[in-house]
Amino acid sequence: MHEAALNFINLDLINILYLFIVGFIGGLVSGFIGSGGAFVLTPAMMSLGVPGLVAVASNMCHKFPKALIGAIKRAKYGQVDVKLGIIMGISAEAGVLYGAHIQENIKKAFGDAGSNLYVSAAFVLVLALVGGFVLLDAWKTYRSGNTDAEEKATKLAKWIQSINIPGTMVYFKSLNAKVSVLFTIPLGFATGMLAATIAVGGFVGVPSMIYVLGAPSLMASATELVIAFVMGLGGSFKYALSGLVDIRLAMIILAGSLFGIQLGAIGTTYVKPFMIKLVMGAIMVIVLFSRALMIPVYLSQLNLIQPLTEGAVKSLKAVSFVIMAFALLIGAFIILRAIWQGLKAEREVVSRAKEALGHGKI
Amino acid sequence: MSDSYEKKKPYGKTAILGVAAAGLYGALLSNQDVINNYFGKGGMFAILPIITAFIFSFIHGTFTGNFWTILGIEAKKKREGK
Repeated sequence: MHEAALNFINLDLINILYLFIVGFIGGLVSGFIGSGGAFVLTPAMMSLGVPGLVAVASNMCHKFPKALIGAIKRAKYGQVDVKLGIIMGISAEAGVLYGAHIQENIKKAFGDAGSNLYVSAAFVLVLALVGGFVLLDAWKTYRSGNTDAEEKATKLAKWIQSINIPGTMVYFKSLNAKVSVLFTIPLGFATGMLAATIAVGGFVGVPSMIYVLGAPSLMASATELVIAFVMGLGGSFKYALSGLVDIRLAMIILAGSLFGIQLGAIGTTYVKPFMIKLVMGAIMVIVLFSRALMIPVYLSQLNLIQPLTEGAVKSLKAVSFVIMAFALLIGAFIILRAIWQGLKAEREVVSRAKEALGHGKI
Repeated sequence: MSDSYEKKKPYGKTAILGVAAAGLYGALLSNQDVINNYFGKGGMFAILPIITAFIFSFIHGTFTGNFWTILGIEAKKKREGK
């Protein structure tokens, strides 16, 4: 058990600042789209010399309190469907356990490179399919000029809402309809499996709530925070049982991410719903390229292709990390810009109202 | 009349929460060895990081929320007809 404690790195001021800033940006994106950030935080910690498992465990231990604060904030705006979040969160927990089990088996059979290849392949496949679809949908809405129009449930969502399976029907306020939990359970399970594999379950959770169940984007991304809380709490406890959580790392990242998540949540009140899809889709598609770059590295480690030189591996790793960080920065930039413009417009409205009132008095 | 547009900002509450959050972080970073030792034990000690995370999140989370309010960064207000 004490071995884990020996794995905890020394922290200096630079490391602390670095984690704080990465935490802030990750929190900002999570507050807005419901998840994200983890895929940069874990490698960021590892780049400081934190062992992989401790990085995953510490990331998870910052995720659940962050998601809790974000969910509370967004619940104040009426965006959270607690019931849907808890039901999907519990099934996601099962998905996490199953996903981790698959990971262990792959690692046993094919070693680290095999496990990394599986993770990268899952990244590329899921992000290409789901990210591409989400981004295309956001783009279509933008092009149509109907960005103010209320979001319509997809045909698939309408069909699912129309199916009545007695004894399993639950009313969800985000859908304003009754849906069988037999549909929500597999979606939650898939969210958890993805979380165990690529650390960001929300990339399946949020789009599935929007396109499969028919939830509005704002409610889906807010409800994802409840799922992340349930999933993160269970996951953190599991890792903490083995003494793998470095609480200092988790709390330093949390320090930054709680500033970010509040801001991201505020941002959702200023944007049109398609912006949630745009930010999420853009991040997913950029991250996809980052992970795709790493596939040759793992293929060569498994001797499935010609071995790469050490220099080539190093460059690919560096470029991959930079692209990942870029994805998060792009997301953060779009969110901050939206907040800035929203606040500006709001202040103008208020000052005009004050002016009008002033005139009225005289 | 114009007062209805300007809520009082929570300066006092934010300052208290800020000091409390700084105190928590100060305590965490100045006792790293002891904390790592206990938190890394696992087993029943697993409850320690979970409780710590909840305490930090409530105190620091409320502080960060108020922090943005003081800076004037708040959610869009709902108006009639919207």
